[in-house]
Amino acid sequence: MCDTCGCNITPGNKHLVQTDGKLARTQDGKTAVTVLKSLLSENDHQAAHNREHLDRQGVLAINLMSSPGAGKTTLLEATIDALGGDYKFAVIEGDLETENDAERIRARGIPAVQITTGNACHLDAHMVHEALHQLSLDGLDILFIENVGNLVCPASFDLGQHRNVTLLSIPEGDDKPAKYPVIFRAADVLVLTKTDLLPVLNDFDPDKAERHLRALASQVPVLRASARKDTGLDGWLAWLRAERDAHRHRLAQGETLRPAIQPDGSRLHALTEEPAQHGHRHTHHTAKDA
Amino acid sequence: MHELSVCQGMLRQVAAIASEHQASGVESITVRVGPLSGIEPELLAQAFPLASAGTVAEKAALIVESLPVRVRCRSCGAESESTPNRLLCGQCGDYQTQLLSGDEMLLASMELTT
Ligand SMILES: Nc1nc2c(ncn2[C@@H]2O[C@H](COP(=O)(O)OP(=O)(O)OP(=O)(O)O)[C@@H](O)[C@H]2O)c(=O)[nH]1
Ligand SMILES: [Mg+2]
Ligand SMILES: [Zn+2]
Ligand SMILES: [Zn+2]
Ligand SMILES: [Zn+2]
Repeated sequence: MCDTCGCNITPGNKHLVQTDGKLARTQDGKTAVTVLKSLLSENDHQAAHNREHLDRQGVLAINLMSSPGAGKTTLLEATIDALGGDYKFAVIEGDLETENDAERIRARGIPAVQITTGNACHLDAHMVHEALHQLSLDGLDILFIENVGNLVCPASFDLGQHRNVTLLSIPEGDDKPAKYPVIFRAADVLVLTKTDLLPVLNDFDPDKAERHLRALASQVPVLRASARKDTGLDGWLAWLRAERDAHRHRLAQGETLRPAIQPDGSRLHALTEEPAQHGHRHTHHTAKDA
Repeated sequence: MHELSVCQGMLRQVAAIASEHQASGVESITVRVGPLSGIEPELLAQAFPLASAGTVAEKAALIVESLPVRVRCRSCGAESESTPNRLLCGQCGDYQTQLLSGDEMLLASMELTT
């Protein structure tokens, strides 16, 4: 798969590691090498490549993260029902087992690729790359990537998406941003889901959830959504429309975007080049000529 | 846990650098991680022997340096130490801060035998 498009990341992939090894010979004859690159360099490299695929076709890719059962697939179903007439969607589904979520999406006539991760608790850029080559990106407006339900691992892996959406469902409690800072800090928008349950589960205070999010130095919007009430999706649908338009506008100017939270500390300390300035060429095939 | 995949990715980089320097073995690998990287140092240390078995880094010592969480305030300019879920300015309490350190997951350096 990666082999066919020439971007397989192997130890032979020299440019990943070449030349930033600063050398020093220690007294006992050992060689000390300074590297200062992300532990996930090869994933980040693949993610940059995925973003190039998407940008070439003008597709906005949105990664959905949450705990299991917070309502990711239900939100996608409702989004397809609401906007399916205006936009062309595709979905990549990540799950440990089963094709269930992809089947729910396909039942609405939307192309969906299921990635079953086995025992991996997150998607990585290589898995998403394989899925991308199984989809036709031609004419797509938005590609949703539903990550594996997990509040810990998915946040560490760039997939090539442009935006991260983190969902928090009312039954989970309003303190989750304080307990799982990494994934909530990564959000470009926080969606509180199952808000129809607020009257029943009234110890969930949406303002408190927002305060916990702000304590992570996050200024992103907090939206409320319910798949049970028709009016519950307006904020989310407006956000999506605005993001898709902004993305088209950026691409027209030859720019792309990455999720808002950049690894600031890593960038200040690493020697590595920005993955966004991923300059070298690969040959590609698309789903169509495969 | 994703520390195993992180460790495997790291070891592929390590193997590539070792072969570039025609090293016969890797003595030590030093990584730097911050609490906001999503990587748990203990889990990384547990994953390392599993992931490194049979590789050039099989006998290597894994040294994990933990970095503190530090922020710079966009309002008052102060720099302060912080905790992972309270990234507020230690001086004025503002939440509009920039992270200076704490989200790193870096392969810092290696010692090779040649
Ligand atoms: N009351 C209520 N229930 C909801 C809402 N959205 C989803 N649910 C229910 O929550 C359960 C889980 O929803 P899913 O959409 O499958 O959740 P998910 O996040 O995709 O789950 P995984 O993919 O397994 O992590 C289902 O029983 C849904 O019917 C909502 O807005 N209100
Ligand atoms: Mg689902
Ligand atoms: Zn490709
Ligand atoms: Zn995990
Ligand atoms: Zn301040």
